[in-house]
Amino acid sequence: MSLPVAAPPTPDAGVVRSRPRGSGRYRGGSPLVWFVALIVVAATLGPVLYAVLGGFRTNAQLAESPAALPDPWVLENYQRVLTSATFWRYAVNSTVIATVTTVVAVVFGLMAAYPLARYRFRWREPIYLVFVLGLLFPVTVAIIPLFIIITRQLHLGNTWWGVALPQAAFALPVTIIILRPFLMAIPNELEEAAVIDGASRIQVFWRIIVPLSGPGVVTVGVLAFVASWNAYLLPLLLLQGDMKTLPLGVADFSSQYSSDTAGVFAFTTLAMIPALIFFLAMQGRIVNGLQGAVKG
Amino acid sequence: MTTAAPGEASPATADAAGRAPARPAARRGRPGRRRASLRMGLEILFFVGPALILFGVFVVWPIARAVQFSLYRWKGFGPLVDFVGLQNYVSVLTNEVFTDAFRHNMTIVVLSILVQLPVGLGIALLLNRKMRFQGMLRTIIFVPYVLSEVIAGVVWLQLLQPEYGVIDTVLGAVGISGPEEGWLGTPEVALYTVFVVLTWKYLGLAVLLFLAGLQGVPDELVEAAQIDGASWWQVQRRVTVPLLGPTIRTWGFLSMIGAIQLFDMVWILTGGGPANSTTTMATFLITEGTKRYNYGIATAASVILFAVALVLAVLYQIFVLRRDVAQADAGSRRVR
Repeated sequence: MSLPVAAPPTPDAGVVRSRPRGSGRYRGGSPLVWFVALIVVAATLGPVLYAVLGGFRTNAQLAESPAALPDPWVLENYQRVLTSATFWRYAVNSTVIATVTTVVAVVFGLMAAYPLARYRFRWREPIYLVFVLGLLFPVTVAIIPLFIIITRQLHLGNTWWGVALPQAAFALPVTIIILRPFLMAIPNELEEAAVIDGASRIQVFWRIIVPLSGPGVVTVGVLAFVASWNAYLLPLLLLQGDMKTLPLGVADFSSQYSSDTAGVFAFTTLAMIPALIFFLAMQGRIVNGLQGAVKG
Repeated sequence: MTTAAPGEASPATADAAGRAPARPAARRGRPGRRRASLRMGLEILFFVGPALILFGVFVVWPIARAVQFSLYRWKGFGPLVDFVGLQNYVSVLTNEVFTDAFRHNMTIVVLSILVQLPVGLGIALLLNRKMRFQGMLRTIIFVPYVLSEVIAGVVWLQLLQPEYGVIDTVLGAVGISGPEEGWLGTPEVALYTVFVVLTWKYLGLAVLLFLAGLQGVPDELVEAAQIDGASWWQVQRRVTVPLLGPTIRTWGFLSMIGAIQLFDMVWILTGGGPANSTTTMATFLITEGTKRYNYGIATAASVILFAVALVLAVLYQIFVLRRDVAQADAGSRRVR
């Protein structure tokens, strides 16, 4: 689990894994290697740890000696955030929006990838190309009209759906591009056997395709979830007040209470915990997904 | 939106369920074939329809509207009547704030390749060996990538606070004093400070991709080179790095596209300031659109942003892709 490459492969990752494991061409770590590793770790974790520890200090402590450990440790900052209704409200919004985004992107993406992978019809490649071209369009390009369409025409401004649906739409290209080769790799015989036994296409899809595409589904699901969880631009334009997500909350808190550094650290730390836990649990998938997305 | 799916579902489901067993036979007769192909069409529609509708409504339509808006002078009220042709494009392209923003984007693109590529590659090569804690190291290096740019930005904003921030304190302890207005408050260094924070956030992705690419370098090649007496350095330079070409190219592509769209981090750290020294094309269009309600200008800028990304992507595919493949070939041949 800790080694990304050891996780079950995406179709592309198979190439990577074909070689038996063994990066032991130069064994062990020389002092230089350890030194570099140490610097990298310190530089990477330093800011994160500083924020975590900063949350345990008072503003007076932070002002007096910025680079010291908490002394004494205070829990008040964290308590204040954890007992504030807005923090939980934002956390719920983030969770719901990310979940809806993920479910819609994965369900629609998997459904679309199925005929694009396994049917032969004239419009197959053109339709696939439409989705592939979607990769070239970041949300930024469409953001102004998207804002106007969602708030004025669809009346979804300041709602969970108003953010989740466009996010899912923009996640579709990656989802379909990763899933299509996955579905192509499922042996034809399984499907044929099911059809001979009288299964309909829908049944084949549910009973055979969906279960067999599990690893791919998890990969694209994780990508969609993380992207939604971290999203800033679209929520920034569409959500106000109680509907805000955690990134918006963090940004607001840091500008409203900019003098309360310890409070900002506590709020930020608590906001990053869900993403970190999710990442640790899904690490292999994220890495695989990125590699898959990269090579697809 | 979602109601479309069940609406389409019912005919296809009924049809497919009812006639599925007859399917092989249906292939023979003419009317049967037509019915079969009709059914296949319905099935395809059922599966692809929802995704196409979602994509159409939230991706294609807004982009089409962006192109449309960009041809009008429009403040967001009333109908689109004030058609101005390409005037918005002219005014964006002659606006110094936008051309500066474009330069800032390109600066980040170039700096990423000049700094993150060698540093990331170096770290990956050093870590690509059997050593304890390697799995843990990879996890740690990847942590910043998982955090949202907002969270990373807010943390760095605190670290970089002028005078009282921990970075200025530490630097002060070794006798270096930061700029008076702070690293983010001084126009001359603000963009580079943003770049440092971006590097902190995205270096992990580079290292991780390179490490994964290194797993694909065949052991035999490395061993052969070692037997021929190649030093560690020679093996890396002549064998490993050339074979890493495709991975490096892919990373470069991702990094470039990301740098062109850069928004979140800048918005949090500087908001484009001080004195527009860190604007990007994206912050420009958001400012024009959401603060000044110049929708025509904003969408013209977004179309230009897309055009820039597209041109760079195509150029990248044409030039870099070819050279990398050639290098990889040459590298592997030399060893054999």
